[in-house]
Amino acid sequence: MANSVIYAMYDDDQTLLKAAKELVGKGIKVKDCYSPFPVHGIDPVIGVTRTRLGIVSFMFGLGGLSLAMLGTWYFMIHDWPMNIGGKPNFAYHLNMPAFVPILFEFTVFCAAHGMALTYLIRNKTLPGMPAVNPDPRTTDNRFVLEIDSHDNQGMTTDALLEAIKGTEVFELNHKKY
Amino acid sequence: MFKEASIREPLILGNKSYGDITADVVGPIENKAPKGWYIAITISALIALWGIGCILYLIGTGIGTWGLNKTVGWAWDITNFVWWVGIGHAGTLISAVLLLFRQRWRMAINRSAEAMTIFAVIMAAMFPGIHMGRLWLGYFVFPLPNQFGSLWVNFNSPLLWDVFAISTYFSVSLVFWYIGLIPDFATIRDRIKTPVAKKVYGILSFGWSGKAKNWTRFEEVSLVLAGIATPLVFSVHSIVSMDFATSVIPGWHTTIFPPYFVSGAVFSGFAMVQTLMLIMRKTMRLENYVTIKHVEYMNIVIIVTGSIVGVAYITELFMSWYSGVEYESYAFINRFSGPYLWAYWAMMTCNVISPQLFWVKKWRRSLGFTFVMSIIVNIGMWFERFVIIVTSLHRDYVPSSWSMFHPTFVDIGVFIGTIGIFFTLFLLFARFFPVLALNELKSILKVSGEEHKNKH
Repeated sequence: MANSVIYAMYDDDQTLLKAAKELVGKGIKVKDCYSPFPVHGIDPVIGVTRTRLGIVSFMFGLGGLSLAMLGTWYFMIHDWPMNIGGKPNFAYHLNMPAFVPILFEFTVFCAAHGMALTYLIRNKTLPGMPAVNPDPRTTDNRFVLEIDSHDNQGMTTDALLEAIKGTEVFELNHKKY
Repeated sequence: MFKEASIREPLILGNKSYGDITADVVGPIENKAPKGWYIAITISALIALWGIGCILYLIGTGIGTWGLNKTVGWAWDITNFVWWVGIGHAGTLISAVLLLFRQRWRMAINRSAEAMTIFAVIMAAMFPGIHMGRLWLGYFVFPLPNQFGSLWVNFNSPLLWDVFAISTYFSVSLVFWYIGLIPDFATIRDRIKTPVAKKVYGILSFGWSGKAKNWTRFEEVSLVLAGIATPLVFSVHSIVSMDFATSVIPGWHTTIFPPYFVSGAVFSGFAMVQTLMLIMRKTMRLENYVTIKHVEYMNIVIIVTGSIVGVAYITELFMSWYSGVEYESYAFINRFSGPYLWAYWAMMTCNVISPQLFWVKKWRRSLGFTFVMSIIVNIGMWFERFVIIVTSLHRDYVPSSWSMFHPTFVDIGVFIGTIGIFFTLFLLFARFFPVLALNELKSILKVSGEEHKNKH
């Protein structure tokens, strides 16, 4: 059987959510969902796992903090200690309070930019990347469920289409590949 | 689905659908710009050119062209720097702090407020740069290995903290703003007809497609960035205030400075947001999105932060007397009764008395009154920085070196010029960028839209 993709378009986020629940209830695997804004509650229905970007940000922050501590120690204590207003310049922990603003700023700098870059790379949203949304209206006011026949080997395409027609679908597109 | 209490005023007025929101925001980008826009950008670009001319003259000749003298070594340059950074603070406060507090009204104003932040911080960053005199040696502020042996920057100095704070603040705000813009650029890309514009918005939108996982990540990134931008915004102006507070100059050497500067920053920033939003809602017909209620909320923030600023002024006066230090006392007596008393009392009137008028509900819901007040507040906040900086310096410990500060045409030209550059950038933003956060507004349409509220 030739593989095909079905794009079921809905005109409302709540209708789409209801339809996704119905389809998944019938054992149909929904591949993805395209929407103009986050549809809350869709992730667990179609099996999208929680993102770990928060952890990424924390790791980058930790890296930034360590780097800033290493830098301030090297510049101010190890390489060239300077007497600035009599501040202790012979031991890192004694001079450290004066470095807190720098440590903080650099932590934030690394956490924010590290996470943002990871986000763009993981999303495959980078300058010059082609858009893959099936219909230009999905960034305006339409919501699309993508169902791949490859993921639903147990059902014929006709049965899939029949099930989708049972929902309040607005428009139905069927593409063979 | 989340339901908002019906007692709350709706945030999106009229009978709007998702498509209407797109049309209302993208429409002005697709259509030809109105005549008023061309007039406005011509005026601001001319002012900007004058400013750039003054800056080039300054760089070519040296900072002797400013009115600085041996006693007043810091004046309009740093006044303008602090003023612009302060204005920037409202944008981050709206997008980060209000996001954490789940304030939905921020969604109509966050995009423009963040744009304002970025442009204001660019203006601010220019002043320390041109104050160096030799701008081409600007890289010396970074701890780079160099040809002079182990000559590192001084990490104990608040001036270096400032370098780190401002560059972090600017770049993080820019990234935060752009990440929010990506999905909205995708909306424009999929809608706009002209091929060149489609191509440009296609590149700007980074190929955003709005998949479920992308949106999950988007929300996580927004939340985490808001979480780290919140302490960042407080730290930035605290550090700016430490440029003064860690010195030993009477009038600067006070521990109250960090919170006092931060609230002053938010105060002036919201005033600038009001100025810009009131013009924009009128000219771009955004009355249904930026409602009277939004204006009122912002005015409430202005009352709160304005009152904190007022308390800080009075605390400063009290402490100068209570400390018993005669230099400290004199610095403040000189402020309110010396040769710069006009600046002090202008500051007091604009910042302490005028925001209190917003206690009257009718006034804080009046657009005309708000507009006038927003300009008064910004003038007052400029005077605040001028008073703190110049009046503390101009009469130092040796009366024979007492002097006054007289701005030259370069001082004035650079300051007015930055206002021109700022408005030029903002007008370009208003013309080519989605001025409202489309994806966020759509997500609150059913929660807080007027039509949906009336139905339930």
